[in-house]
Amino acid sequence: MSKTVAITGAGAMSEAMRQMNPDVVPAFPITPSTQVVEDFSQFIADGKVDTELIPVESEHSAMSACIGAAAAGGRVMTATSSAGMALMWEMLYIAASMRQPIVMTLINRALSAPINIHADHSDSMGARDAGWIQLYSENNQEAYDNLIMAPRIAEHMDVRLPVMVCMDGFIISHCVQTMQTEEDDAVKAFIGEFQATYPVLDTGNPATWGALDLQDYYIEHKRAQHMAMQHAKRVIREVSDDFYKTFGRQYDLFESYQLDDAERVIIAINSIAGEIKEVVDERRAKGDKVGLLKIRSFRPFPYTEIAKALEGVKVVTVLDRSESMGAYGPLFGEIRSALYDVAEKPLVYNRMYGLGGRDLFMEDIDKLFEENKSYLEAKKVETVFDYLNVRGG
Amino acid sequence: MPSLQQMAQREGAFAGGHRMCAGCPVPIFTKMLTRVTDGYEIVAGNATGCLEVASSIYPYSAWKIPWIHTAFENAGASMSGVETMYRALRKRGKITRPYKFIAIGGDGGTYDIGFQSLSGAMERGHDLVYICYDNGAYMNTGVQRSSATPPGANTTTTPAGKNSAGRRGSKKDLTRIMVAHNIPYVAQASIHDPVDLSDKLKKAIEVDGPAFINIHCPCIPGWKIGPDMAVELARLGVETNYWPLYEVVDGQYKINYTPEKRIPVSEWMFLQGRFKHLQKPENNYIVDAFQQEVDRNWGWLNKQAA
Repeated sequence: MSKTVAITGAGAMSEAMRQMNPDVVPAFPITPSTQVVEDFSQFIADGKVDTELIPVESEHSAMSACIGAAAAGGRVMTATSSAGMALMWEMLYIAASMRQPIVMTLINRALSAPINIHADHSDSMGARDAGWIQLYSENNQEAYDNLIMAPRIAEHMDVRLPVMVCMDGFIISHCVQTMQTEEDDAVKAFIGEFQATYPVLDTGNPATWGALDLQDYYIEHKRAQHMAMQHAKRVIREVSDDFYKTFGRQYDLFESYQLDDAERVIIAINSIAGEIKEVVDERRAKGDKVGLLKIRSFRPFPYTEIAKALEGVKVVTVLDRSESMGAYGPLFGEIRSALYDVAEKPLVYNRMYGLGGRDLFMEDIDKLFEENKSYLEAKKVETVFDYLNVRGG
Repeated sequence: MPSLQQMAQREGAFAGGHRMCAGCPVPIFTKMLTRVTDGYEIVAGNATGCLEVASSIYPYSAWKIPWIHTAFENAGASMSGVETMYRALRKRGKITRPYKFIAIGGDGGTYDIGFQSLSGAMERGHDLVYICYDNGAYMNTGVQRSSATPPGANTTTTPAGKNSAGRRGSKKDLTRIMVAHNIPYVAQASIHDPVDLSDKLKKAIEVDGPAFINIHCPCIPGWKIGPDMAVELARLGVETNYWPLYEVVDGQYKINYTPEKRIPVSEWMFLQGRFKHLQKPENNYIVDAFQQEVDRNWGWLNKQAA
C-alpha cells in the first residue's frame, strides 16, 4: 500500500535512497542538496540502511569514488548541486564513458558568479553533453518516482549509463508537499538486484578499466555510448510503463498537458510546469486552446516524439532557466531543431526566466499566453529571444 | 617473508610487453605487488601518468590483476570507492575472500594534483596502500616541474637559461605530510633495494588501514640519463641522503639504512643531465643550498628516529 506523506523534495530523495539501500554512497555537502546526505547519514547511524557512506573531501572525489565503487561491482548513489556538480565535471564524463550506472540526485541551483544558491538549471544544462541521462521533476512526487525508476534505467543492459534526477533547488528541495511513498519491499522489488558487468573485484577474471584509447578505437567506443543513449529512450518508456503498472503513476519522455487540440503551447522544465498547468486550466475554462509540454527526459532528447506531439500547434513559447551566453537557451535550441521536421512549422520563440531563483508568477505566464496570441495573430515572432521579469530591459 | 628467489617464481602482477621506456625502473615494483604476500586478492588502481598510459593501450593491458584508472588527480578517491564497495559487498555476504587495494601515482599525480584526494583517502582510514613513484617531475607529459622536483633541476617549465638556473624553491616533503595523517604505516623506499622495498610493500599491504610508500624512481628521459643508469642513480640518491630509506610505524620513525660515509649530493646530481647547468661556477650556490637542505633533513630524520 502506498502512503501519503508530507515531505520536502530533498527528504523524498533520501527516503527513496533509504528504501533502495544502495551498496555505497560517496557524498559531499552543498546547499541545497545537503539534506539528502544528512538524512541518509542518519539512516545509517540508526541502522535503517546498511549502505557504506564515503564522506569525501570534495565533489570531484565524490564522483571519483562513485566510479570506483560502481566499477567494483555494486549499486552506487550520490547527491549534489550547482558548483558541486561543476567540480565533478571531468568525472561526469568519465562516469558515463566508463558506462557506470550511477544514480545521482541533482538539486538544480545557479552557478557562480555571483554566488547564488537558488533554483536555476545552469548546472545540469552545463552537463548536458556529459553522457548522463537527465530526468527532470516538476514536484516532490516526480522526483521520488524518477529516483526509483533511475536504477532500472541506468542498469539496463542495453543502457549502462548514469542517471541524474533533477529538481529545482528550494522550490522543490525545501518545500513540503504531500505525496505518495511506496512500501519498502515494493520499491526493492521494483529496482531488483544489481547486476555487475566485469566487476573490478572479480580477481578470477581480471579486467583493465580506463585504458588509453587512441585513434584506432576511441570513436567506436563513443558511438557505442551514443547508441546506449538511444536505447535509453526505449528503456525509459519501458521502465515508466512498469512503474505505472506497479504503482499507478504514469510517465513518458515528456508530459503532454492539454496538447491534443492546442494552438499555443509553452514548453518548460521542472517546477514552473506546475504554475503553467494552473494557467492552462484557467484559460481552457474560457475556451482558449492552450497547452503545456513539460520535458522529463532532456538526455536522451525525444526530438521525433516532441515533433509529433506538436503537430498542429501554431505557436510555441520555450522557457529556459539556464543561460548559454551568446546563444539561445539550451531547451530552445533542441525544440527548434525538433520542429524542423514538422510539415507545418509553428512559430517558435525563446524566453529566459528565473535565473538565480527569480520567481515567475501565474500572471507572468498568463501574459506569455497573451504574447504568443499576438504573435499568432500577426503570424510573426517579433522578438525571438528575451528575458522575463528583469530590470533594465 | 618469501626470499627474493621465491618471489621471482611467483606470478607477477605486471606482464612484459608494456611500453615503459627502456631502462625504466617502475615495473620493478609493479611486478612485486602480488609477490610479497599470500592470502590476499590484490586490486590496483592508477592515477593518469606514464605507468598508466604505457601499461594499458587498448586493446592491450600489462595488468594481470584487476586494475582501474579514471583520471589524474583522484587515484586516492577512485580506490576509496573500490575499497568501500568491497567492504559493502563483504558485509552483505557477497564476497568472502580477503582483499587488499593499491593505488599508484607518480609525483605529479600525488604531490600536486592528486594531493587532496590522497589526503582524503588516507584520513578516512580506507584499507588502502598508496604508492607514489617519485621521479621528480611530470615525466609523462614531457618533464614539467612538480612540487617533487629537486631544486635547480632543468625541466621544460623550469628550463635553465640566461636568466634561470632551473627549478626554484624546495622539494615538498610529502612523506612527512603523510606521517602527519596519523596513519599506521608510512615509508620511503627506493627502486634499487628490492629487499627493503618488498619488505615495505608487504608491511603496507598487511597493515589494517591506510599505508603510504614513497618510492624513489629515476626517470631515463626526464633525468637525461642512460637506460642503464636508473638503479645506480636510485642507489646514489639513498647514499647521498637525498632519499633516506625509513619507515614510520604507528608514529614511530625507524631509519632502515644509514650510509657508511657521507657522499655529497652533487655526486648524485652531476650524473644527471638535468643538473648539468649547475656545474657552472655561478650556479654553485644552488648545489650548496641543496646540500644544506639534504643535511638538515637527514639531521631532522635522525632526531625523529633517535
